[in-house]
Amino acid sequence: MYDFDFEKPSTIDEAVAALSSEGAQALGGGQTLIPTLKQRLNMPEKLVSLTGIAEMKGVSSDGGTMKIGGGTTHGTVAKEAKGSFAGLAKLASLIGDPAVRNRGTIGGSLANNDPAACYPSACMATGATIRTNSREIAADDFFDGLFTTALEEGEIIVGVDFPVPEASDYQKFEQPASRFPLVGVFVAKHGDRVGVAVTGAGEDGVFRWTEAEEALAGNFSADAVSGLSHSADGLISDLHGTAEYRAHLIGVLTKRAVAAAS
Amino acid sequence: MATVTMTVNGKSRTGEAEGRTLLVSFLREELNLTGTHVGCDTSQCGACVVHVNGEAVKACTMFAQEADGAEVSTIEGQANADGSLNTIQQAFQDHHGLQCGFCTPGMVMSAAALLKDNPKPSEQEIRNYLQGNICRCTGYHNIVKAIMAASGQDVSAVAAE
Ligand SMILES: Cc1cc2nc3c(=O)[nH]c(=O)nc-3n(C[C@H](O)[C@H](O)[C@H](O)COP(=O)(O)OP(=O)(O)OC[C@H]3O[C@@H](n4cnc5c(N)ncnc54)[C@H](O)[C@@H]3O)c2cc1C
Ligand code: FES
Ligand code: FES
Repeated sequence: MYDFDFEKPSTIDEAVAALSSEGAQALGGGQTLIPTLKQRLNMPEKLVSLTGIAEMKGVSSDGGTMKIGGGTTHGTVAKEAKGSFAGLAKLASLIGDPAVRNRGTIGGSLANNDPAACYPSACMATGATIRTNSREIAADDFFDGLFTTALEEGEIIVGVDFPVPEASDYQKFEQPASRFPLVGVFVAKHGDRVGVAVTGAGEDGVFRWTEAEEALAGNFSADAVSGLSHSADGLISDLHGTAEYRAHLIGVLTKRAVAAAS
Repeated sequence: MATVTMTVNGKSRTGEAEGRTLLVSFLREELNLTGTHVGCDTSQCGACVVHVNGEAVKACTMFAQEADGAEVSTIEGQANADGSLNTIQQAFQDHHGLQCGFCTPGMVMSAAALLKDNPKPSEQEIRNYLQGNICRCTGYHNIVKAIMAASGQDVSAVAAE
């Protein structure tokens, strides 16, 4: 790892100011960034840790919205969402292992936008809003292809607002070595708006399966999607699975998610 | 370089750390606490698990400066005050929960974190909790058995496969 300066501000304003200098980068839980630095794939001059910012941590509910601070760990999300937002609690509880979940944050995961990251699917399926230090961005406008988002240089995710669905579930088909999803499907039902979002499969990252959303809007049951199949066009093919295999998994996992949604 | 101070196993400890100094390097090289191991250095194996403010973390994937002011506990702080092994450590010995012992510090620290949250875990809960702790020797069976025994559960029916 190359060396860098380390700063740990305690407010969002201080963090934004610290990030405005050349070569500065935000540090969330470090569960993705530290391995990248060890491989010398990245060479920041300064890391600005966001872990000391109390206003970016925690989960609160406001009417039908669950507001999660960008610096909230996966472990905390798993605990706090349990009971009221089953799909999100399950998603968070399946990321990595307990020690990874005690450090890794939702903001870091969304900013990184790994094509196999779990949280982007929950944001897309529920129509969540990503709050930054300067604006609000709808999930549909946030994810912009592999490892790319709408975030500007130095902009930080301070929170995510999820409309809490009536029923939701996340189905993760794990790639057994990395335990990231080979394919993950998040299903969320809000009245007659149903969101179905797929991670791990798209060549351009997370996407919504609108055909399934339409079929489920009138009839929220596994039967409503059993006749559908997703095309393999635009899906990832690699040594872990072909595009056709991933396309098949999307259908199977969507059905399972609908059947399990609570 | 920055001066970093943390409470390690109940004692205030101070040392120097660069921005890039990992918590595990600080513990091992600056404080000479070499009980915390580095197996993979890629956040996979869990040999480096310590507790920071009561939570299990991989010390190879956290910077030392992040732990400035924190309460840290490591394997060196686990034994009882008289030097005898604590319940979890003793159970690992009694049930042959280790062979080479390389993974053991991380296993014991993960087990301690689990039992704090869940004092009577099932076998499946233990196996799930240890997903990020890799052991090349034991096949996990006796590790799981040791943790069940440490939580006061009867393990006589668990086959010694
Ligand atoms: C063993 C292992 C297994 C894993 N399994 C999974 C899995 O199954 N599913 C999954 O989704 N993830 C998985 N992860 C990744 C994990 O979720 C990471 O925690 C997450 O991707 C990054 O979050 P972080 O807080 O650690 O961010 P960091 O690593 O600190 O940062 C990642 C990137 O985001 C930027 N950043 C961080 N916080 C913010 C912010 N608030 N605003 C703007 N930019 C920010 C950083 O500058 C950096 O570019 C796994 C990781 C490990 C080590
Ligand atoms: S050395 Fe930290 S997880 Fe392997
Ligand atoms: S006892 Fe040898 S690696 Fe676990």
